[in-house]
Amino acid sequence: MINNMPMIAVGALFVIGLYGVLFKRNIIKIAIAVSVVESSTNLFLIVLGYRTGGSIPVYTLAGDFKKMVLPTPQALTLTAIVIGLATTALLLTLIMLLYKHYETLDVYEIRRLRG
Amino acid sequence: MKPLSIVVRTICNIFAWFVAIFGAYVIIHGHLSPGGGFQGGAIVATFIALLLVAHGGKRFFEWVKMDIFTAFEGLGLITFVGIGFLGLSTTFLYNFLALKGGLFGSPVTIGPNAGILNSSGTIALANMAVGLEVVGGLSTIIIFMFLGMRYVMEGGKEGSEDDK
Amino acid sequence: MKGPRIIYLIFFVVFVGILCQGLYDIHPFGEPREPAMDDYFIANAQSERAANNVVTSIVFDYRGFDTLGEAAVLFTAVMSVAALFRKEE
Repeated sequence: MINNMPMIAVGALFVIGLYGVLFKRNIIKIAIAVSVVESSTNLFLIVLGYRTGGSIPVYTLAGDFKKMVLPTPQALTLTAIVIGLATTALLLTLIMLLYKHYETLDVYEIRRLRG
Repeated sequence: MKPLSIVVRTICNIFAWFVAIFGAYVIIHGHLSPGGGFQGGAIVATFIALLLVAHGGKRFFEWVKMDIFTAFEGLGLITFVGIGFLGLSTTFLYNFLALKGGLFGSPVTIGPNAGILNSSGTIALANMAVGLEVVGGLSTIIIFMFLGMRYVMEGGKEGSEDDK
Repeated sequence: MKGPRIIYLIFFVVFVGILCQGLYDIHPFGEPREPAMDDYFIANAQSERAANNVVTSIVFDYRGFDTLGEAAVLFTAVMSVAALFRKEE
């Protein structure tokens, strides 16, 4: 049980983010919740590639090491972080324009049609 | 937006250059130490954001033009694709410079070592290209959000010439 | 106002149950299931590509096409922000 603590942290972060996406009314809080879900995905990839007692996969001044953690999930995480940053920037831009148009941040107020 | 107080501007004038140099270090040493084009580009974009917040939009746009960041971004992406096409005699994005001698071509000793800057072939070049692209892209996002904030909060045309 | 919340709550509980089942059945932490490809990268990154940083050699060389798509996504997002905040005529 205690050995799988990082997996439980991944699950807890994902559940917190999903709760925010489904039940919050403020659209800024929904954007923050989407970022929390992204963080849980990054943590999940890193946790999948960890080997007990491994060092970082960089040979420069590495010293004595027995084994290294898996490098491919770290490369995928790098990709995921940059794409998450780009989507977050686009999301915040759309929120700014929504606030300009509707003058509210409540998702139930934004739903109604307006010319 | 008005510039911040004299304390913030003085500290910014001293320490912003260290941020820029550290970002350039992270980009250039991407194949030796943890880091690379994306991380170093994000650090250099922090430098742009620091200047913009501390000195305000009016003085910032006296120093640099908006178009130069868009040019950085397009130049970085085109350079990356061009590096990919240069290795096309074998495959796309083939590392045609590594272990050949010359530019970025010196071999490294197997195992833990101190690192040679002139190694790893196209990886270093691609790091610099992607770093240039990320600097341009993040700076463009920051500047457009800065200009759009006035448009959202007060209404009217954003970024008009008299009140930046 | 009441209807969607009930549906969301049912979906939320079912999804959390499935997620807990999946996280319970996953392999133990610290022992990856299939590390053959990563062992190849760690063993050969220095002799094949002369790169000390294995992660950078994967991002920019072994999986370079992935990075090309990522750079294209970043470019598209920046152009979308610029198009949304464009100056009105």
